[in-house]
Order: sequence, then structure tokens, then C-alpha cells
Amino acid sequence: MQQKYYIFIGVLILAVLAGIFSYPSYFNKGVDFVNHKLSWTIPHFPEKQFVLGLDLQGGVSLVYQADLSTVADKSGAMSGLRDVIERRVNMFGVSEPVVQIQGTDRLTVELPGVTDVQQAIQMIGQTPYLEFDEQRTQAETDQILAKIKEVQDAQTAKQDITKIKDWQTALENPYFKPTELTGKYLTKAVVIFDPTTYKPQIQLQFNAEGDKIFADVTGRNIKKPLAIYLDGASIIDTNGDGKIDGQDLYAPTVENKITGGKAVITGDMSTTTANSIASRLNSGALPVKIGAPISQETVGPTLGSVSLQKSLMAGLYGLLAVVIFMVVFYRFPGLLASIALVIYVALTLAIFKLIPVTLTLAGIGGFILSIGMAVDANILIFARMKEEIKSGKGLAQSIEEGFKRAWPSIRDSNFNSLIVCAILFFVATSFIKGFAFTLALGIIVSLFSAIFITRIFLMVFVGKWAEKAKWLL
Amino acid sequence: MQFNFTKYSIFYYIISGLLIVATVVSLSMFGLKFGIEFVGGSNMQVDFQKRPSNEVIQTALKSFNLGDITVQPTGANGAILQFKGVDEATHQKVLAELTKVSPTAEKSFHYIGPSIGQELRNKTELAIILALLGITLYIAFAFRKVSRPVSSWKYGVTSLIALFHDVLIPIGIFSILGRFYNVEITVPIVAALLTILGFSVHDTIVIFDRIRENILRRGMGQFEDTVNWSLTQTLGRSISTVLTVEFVLVSLYFLGGETLKYFALTLIIGITSGAYSSIFIASPLLVSWYKWSAEREFKKTGKRQ
Repeated sequence: MQQKYYIFIGVLILAVLAGIFSYPSYFNKGVDFVNHKLSWTIPHFPEKQFVLGLDLQGGVSLVYQADLSTVADKSGAMSGLRDVIERRVNMFGVSEPVVQIQGTDRLTVELPGVTDVQQAIQMIGQTPYLEFDEQRTQAETDQILAKIKEVQDAQTAKQDITKIKDWQTALENPYFKPTELTGKYLTKAVVIFDPTTYKPQIQLQFNAEGDKIFADVTGRNIKKPLAIYLDGASIIDTNGDGKIDGQDLYAPTVENKITGGKAVITGDMSTTTANSIASRLNSGALPVKIGAPISQETVGPTLGSVSLQKSLMAGLYGLLAVVIFMVVFYRFPGLLASIALVIYVALTLAIFKLIPVTLTLAGIGGFILSIGMAVDANILIFARMKEEIKSGKGLAQSIEEGFKRAWPSIRDSNFNSLIVCAILFFVATSFIKGFAFTLALGIIVSLFSAIFITRIFLMVFVGKWAEKAKWLL
Repeated sequence: MQFNFTKYSIFYYIISGLLIVATVVSLSMFGLKFGIEFVGGSNMQVDFQKRPSNEVIQTALKSFNLGDITVQPTGANGAILQFKGVDEATHQKVLAELTKVSPTAEKSFHYIGPSIGQELRNKTELAIILALLGITLYIAFAFRKVSRPVSSWKYGVTSLIALFHDVLIPIGIFSILGRFYNVEITVPIVAALLTILGFSVHDTIVIFDRIRENILRRGMGQFEDTVNWSLTQTLGRSISTVLTVEFVLVSLYFLGGETLKYFALTLIIGITSGAYSSIFIASPLLVSWYKWSAEREFKKTGKRQ
């Protein structure tokens, strides 16, 4: 029976890896130390952060209800809305914002670390603003560029820029200026294919009023570019760096004065690009009203970190109490079960990081509860084991019987909890979802640790010596 | 050594009966105080430099027309304010007004529109119904093979009675806490109640499993004795399991911060009640039921089983 030693070593390696993965800083400091002393180059263990929910890191979560009563393509309108709001919150400078469609007409916006909620709400709440801008004259461009330089110089010199005459001019786009034409007049944008070259083109359709304005604007800009902006930024990512910023500019050249309310944007573009421009144009044209948020949750950063710290301390003391209890009441097997419990904690935390599970207060509550529940399987097994030993069976056989006889109860009771978790997960709201998910994960991992790991430990550590020291068992 | 658990069954029934009557009375008199998640409204958690009295706060905010303003002091200088739903602009004005009274740092703000509250209520109701249904089905399935001397559905029914007992008692306590200490039923508490559903049956299943096993080993005679023997055998486990869970929960109650405090309390009450009811209600009920049917059988046929 050498096999059990291999499994034992495997479990230990898994536990150590999980432990380092959940809490890599000490290991990496150790690596630094060794590398420094012996000039080795042991690589660092990859550091991955836990994903914390808004209630733990602070921030604001907003839920919006879109008014889709006048919209035919509801899911299209919603994804258009999501894209636009995503771009807006990105411009807001938030790290990792989350914008999600919920159900058919709800949009949740999560902004970690944002404290100026009013500004965030205002920014999100505007209907997407589509504009067509024409080129400025060289004189205007020069003037604005000069003003920008003046303001920048003042900033470097730490002077009050508001003292500069007409400092607001520096905020303007030096190359393009808005025309009267905005998304208000656009009825539709569709992707069509050129019948001869098969290249994708974007066809714009304006309403009657827009038609006149468009004719005007194009008439005075023949052979000049007309830039298309959505919410003050280029409508698409033109340099292909994956984000839309000041580097991007989408400005097709006007070939002729266009009348008749229909215009076609041609040029070398992929079908994907054409589609994304069209959908952005449509979202600018389709003002899906979202109004004020129907739910708002703002958590200050201090409250979040205090909650996190408190609940972690609670978990730690709870774990300690369980370990002491197990060692006092179940002696040697209790010690082994406690080690298995610590491995359980490391494994579960590693899985939280790996998936990754967004940890909320509810999730941590579920996890802490699962620490208390995790030893239940061990308690059942040990109680059975003791009975078998009392009845005069040998140790190895008693251990085997203990596991076998306790199994049906362990299976039934845990399966039952899993059913409740599953129902909570599929039916309930996000708070309960987080709780149900971590609790279910905890139950599954604890079955593995309480049954598989404890069993291997018992098989490896309980040998002939234990026959003489039965009081330990 | 064997304890005779079923000897004083009648007292346990009376105690639990009184508790349940008290719960029903408290529910009908006080009802439950639901949190803003379920009814809509605003909840604001603040820290004052020096906390003014509740009346001062309420008077200061009178002009905003916020409906009923409840102020619940927390910690040294903190307070939780609840009032009707307001938009962000009003929220900022409220905060500014509070700062005039005493410099205020806002820790959290929560606004729930009325439609979301309704939706959450519906979802929670659905979750409770489905969880009860799932558990009933599972018990029926788990005990499908036991039929003598007590048929399997009776195990199911008694575990369900114990289950209702375990969920009703914390609800009753929260009804009293809500009336006298403004403790509200919030989403975490509902989550805890639903966990009790799972956990309570957990305990009962382990004991019933043992009864089932002992019937197979010792034969069907002396059902009451078999139940007592099974309870004696599982007593150590019952105590240990409850204690380990209570350890983490008590730790969570005292150290875990505001949100998880009542969540932990609900579980502490429910799990204690669950351990008690598995031993002193579910198993004795099984015996009483068995005796009652045996008696009826005896009257009908004149034969003892």
C-alpha cells in the first residue's frame, strides 16, 4: 500500500499551492530574500487579487429601468444603451466598472471607488449625444492650440489657470467644431453592401428637417472631412488599440452636397467596424429614456474595508474555536480534521480567486458559515469510528467502517443543503446569490476535505502505534 | 448507557406549542417590520462628529418632507436614518443639512424604488415555496425504502413539522425585536431563514437515518426503545455539530459588523432550535404517532403488533 503515500504527498502539494495562491505575499517575500542572498532567480508566484464586491471596496451601484415602450428592437436598443453607458463610465475614469443588462429592460451600473454619485448619475443619465462636426479654419485651430499651450504652461508652473483670459477655449476641440446636425435628426443607420465592390457601407437616413440641415452642412464642406462624435468622443476606435480616446477620429470626407435625406459613408472598413458604427449611430439616434435610477447603493470606502476586516476577523476566531473544539473532543483524529479544515479554507479561497468569485459581505458570511459546517462530516465519521473501536474491531477496519457507515447521512444532509442553495441561487437577488454560491462551493469543497483528505491523513498517520494509544482516538 | 428521550415528550410538546403560539400571537399583534429592500425607501448610514439627539435630527430634516424618519443610533457617534425614497439631489441636500447640525461623514446610502421592493418580495416568496417543496421531495425520496413499522411518509411529515418549528421561532423573535428594537427583516435575514430550512432537516435526517439503520439491525420490535437508542448514539454528534456551527456564528455576531450581525443571530436561533427539535420534537413525534396508530390498530383488530 504505497499508493496512499503518493496521494498524501499530492494532497500536501495541492494544499501548499492553494495556500500560496490565496496569500502569496509571504512566499514572494521569501523568494526575494533567497534570490537576494544566493543570487538565484526563482520566479515569483503569480499574484492575483480577490475580486471584491462594491459593499467591501466601496463605490456606487445603480439600477436603471429603460423605457422601451416605443422601441421595436428591444434587445438591440438595450445593448446599444449598454455600450454607450459603458463608454461614458469609462470616460469617468473608474477602475473596472461593470455595466450589465438585467432581464429585458434593466441596466445595472457598478462604479467601484466613485464618491461623486451625483455627477456619475448625471453623466449616465444624459441621452447619447451624436454630433457631426466640421473642420475649423486654420486661424481658429491655431488660436485654440495656442490657448491650450498657454494653459498647459500655467499648469506646469502651478498657476491658477482660471486667471487666463478665455481659458475655457482650451477645452475645445482644436480641429473640429459642432454643426447644427445632431443625432436628433437621424432616423436610422444601416449597413449596406456596395453592389459592385461588395464593400460594406453605412447608409444614414435623416428626417425631413435633418435632410435640409444635412444638405446645408455637406454643401459647405465639400471635399472636407466631417467628424462623427458620440458623447464628445470618436464614434469608433479607429487606431485599433481597443479603446476610444483622443487618438481616435472618424471623419469621412464629403464628396458632394447631399440632398434627399440619405447619405452613404464609404471607405475601407471591415463589416465588423461598419456594424459597430451603425449600431452606435443608432444608439445616438434612439434616445432610450432611462430617467433616474430606480435603486442606488452607495458604500463609502471606509465602511467597506471595515466590514471586510471585521468579517475576516470573525472568520478567523470562528476557525480557531472550531479547531480547539475538535482537538479537545476528538483528540488525534480531531487534529487531523483541523488540518483538513485549514486545507479546506486554503482550497476554497484559492477557488474564489481562480474562478474568480466576486466576494461580497454575503458571500463571506456563507463562507464563514461553511467553516462551521465543514467539520460536521468529520464529526459523523469519528463518532462512528469510536463506536466501531468500542465494539472491538481493529483500528484500520474501524476507520474504514466509520467512513462507510457515516456516508449515507453525510450525503443526504449535504445534498439537502445543496438543493436549498440551488434554489436560492436561481431565484433570489444578488445578495442571496453570492451567499448561496459560496455556501454551495463550501459544501462541495468541504465534502472533499472532510472525506478524502481526512481519510488519507488517517490512513497515513494511524499505524501500529495507535493500537497502544487508543485514548488518543 | 441509554437516555430515555421520549419519556417526557409531553413536556417538550407543551414547550414548543407555547413557543409557536407566542410566535403566532406576536406575528398577529406586531407583524413583521420589513427593511427598505422589500418596501422601498432610503437608508443612510452616517457618522456624526458629535451625534445629535434623534429629535434634533428629525426636526432638522422636517422641511424635506421625508415621511417617517427613523433614526437608529449605532456605535459611538453613528446613526442609521431611514426615510422615504429620494433622488440623489435630495439625498445630497439631506446630507448637507445634517452637516449643518454636526459635521457628518456618510458611510453608505441605499435607495430602493417601490417596483424593486415588490419584485424582491415576489422573488423571496418564490424562493421559500420552492425550497420547501424541494426539501419535502428530497425527504420523501431519502426515506422511500423505510416502511415498517412506521411508513416513510411519516418520517417526511415529522421532519417538516420540525422544520416549520425551526423557522417559525426565529420569525417570532424577529417580530418582537422589530416591535421593540426596530430590527427589520432584511435580505440577509431571509437568506439565513432559508439556510435554516436546509440545516434543520440536516439534523433530523442524521437521526432518522440512524433509526432506520437500527430498525434493520435490531428488528422492528420496541420502536420507542430503538428511537431512544438511536438518539443516544447520535447525541454526541448533534452536540458537536451544533457547537462548531455556533462557534463561527457567535464570532460573526460579535465581531462581524452590522450587516452580518442579525444574519448570524437568525442562524443562531434557528440552528439551536433545529438541534432541539430534531431530538425533542421530531423523534418523539415519530414515537407518539407510532403508538397512536398501534393503539388504533389494537382497537380495530384486538391484536397488538
